[in-house]
Amino acid sequence: MAAFRRPLLWWRLAAWTLGGAPLLWLAWRVATARLGANPVEFLEHQTGLWSLRLLLATLAMTPLRRLSGRSEAIQVRRLLGLWAYAWITLHFAIYLTFDLEWSTAQLAKDLVKRSYITLGFSAWLLLLPLALTSTRGWQRRLRRRWTLLHRLVYPAAILACLHFLWLVKSDVREPAMYLGILAVLLAARLGRRGKAPSDAQGSRSR
Amino acid sequence: MLIRILPPSAVPPSDITPEPAYYRRREILARMGLGAAALLAAGCGDAAAPAAPAAPANTAAGLKIARRSEQAGGETVTPFETTSTYNNYYEFGTDKGDPSRSAHSLRTRPWSVAVDGECEAPGRIDLDALIRPHALEERIYRHRCVEAWSIVVPWLGFPLADLLKRFKPTSKAKYVAFETLYDKEQMPLARWSGLDLPYREGLRIDEAMHPLAFVSVGMYGKVLPNQNGAPLRLTIPWKYGYKSIKSVVRIRFTERQPVTTWNQMAPQEYGFYSNVDPAVDHPRWSQATERRLGELFKRKTLPFNGYPEVAPLYAGMDPKKLY
Repeated sequence: MAAFRRPLLWWRLAAWTLGGAPLLWLAWRVATARLGANPVEFLEHQTGLWSLRLLLATLAMTPLRRLSGRSEAIQVRRLLGLWAYAWITLHFAIYLTFDLEWSTAQLAKDLVKRSYITLGFSAWLLLLPLALTSTRGWQRRLRRRWTLLHRLVYPAAILACLHFLWLVKSDVREPAMYLGILAVLLAARLGRRGKAPSDAQGSRSR
Repeated sequence: MLIRILPPSAVPPSDITPEPAYYRRREILARMGLGAAALLAAGCGDAAAPAAPAAPANTAAGLKIARRSEQAGGETVTPFETTSTYNNYYEFGTDKGDPSRSAHSLRTRPWSVAVDGECEAPGRIDLDALIRPHALEERIYRHRCVEAWSIVVPWLGFPLADLLKRFKPTSKAKYVAFETLYDKEQMPLARWSGLDLPYREGLRIDEAMHPLAFVSVGMYGKVLPNQNGAPLRLTIPWKYGYKSIKSVVRIRFTERQPVTTWNQMAPQEYGFYSNVDPAVDHPRWSQATERRLGELFKRKTLPFNGYPEVAPLYAGMDPKKLY
């Protein structure tokens, strides 16, 4: 138990819980066939929502570090980001399997014609290099370009929120809420940049 | 009310057991009422007859199902549990599961329907008087939502034409408009619907008079659950689901094409005609395929939802305008 006195372990545990617990919950629903009247839609909506939540949680770590002064927030950021990417990939895989039956022709058609699909797919694509270069090795190899590259998370998060918004028929409360949270998280960065220009040097964090 | 959930594959659609207890009860009450009215009339020496002639099926043996027709190509009926818990009824919440949780606040009694516009017999008609003259029929129809999911439902009701003819539409009645109840007190979630309520729908008069156009007052042999549009709704099987308006309180015959809710909300996405057409996509998603609730993979959507007999209604019209 001595190990748990180290705060980083608690932060890690929290991040694993945030990313993994919903997966266990979803797996349990699948195993007990409790997915409602439209199981595919249920899985698509739930994996989509958790993708967005984890993406926003990842983006919340930098402001959280500033507010709390805890460096652990930054230390679990990558873990949360990778969980977010895993969820997005699962979300995409379910759509590919049950909506398209892995037809690339159908995917190409959807990408051209369905703007919300285009947005969601773009978000997934933008985040792919981030997931691939998330290791320390890549971080060292790319140096400042790594920081630059990982700013792709901002457009990806905006696209992900719009993907949700454009899907809805008339009641936009839920996607608007996620868009609002994202706006706050992004605004927190802008405000900071204005106040402390020194922070804009190389080590600028997100 | 006891809700019996039938396993989807166990019972063929034609073998669904009706449970007309609710109707029988109402029939008994109605007959008591009529009897009392007749006695009263006799006492006054007045030979006033009830306004609506009762159909034999309703008077002789209670409100039983007079006829059954399977009109979904023999496809498996979707379980009641599915069709009563997965609903689009935005007045009771925009999530599919919301209406079955919140529509209990809908009061379906007393209920009346106001009929006006281009007709010779307008007026306000009580629900019982509206239903009583009609022999109830069960029809198994496919139902295709604009959101690309579909179900197969055994509806209980009567042809819309039979109802509309009672109000004697004039030659000026080119269209017929319908309106859903809108009561903020009974529908507290309606303010979040994003729609301009009351919900309105409409049909061209020849569409409304087509033998497939149906008024449903029940499903699966039982009275309609509130979330499915109690106490009466339209069932227009060749059109997207939102045309099948729920909980109707008003019928108006018009000379001009009436304003309809989804068309008004997003005209580029939802047309007036809204016929199911796999070749005409919704701007944001494909209509070529649909997911039948209960199935994992999608199936092909059929033109006019598999009811090609309505095609002559649209002869000479641009199919692109029929979305």
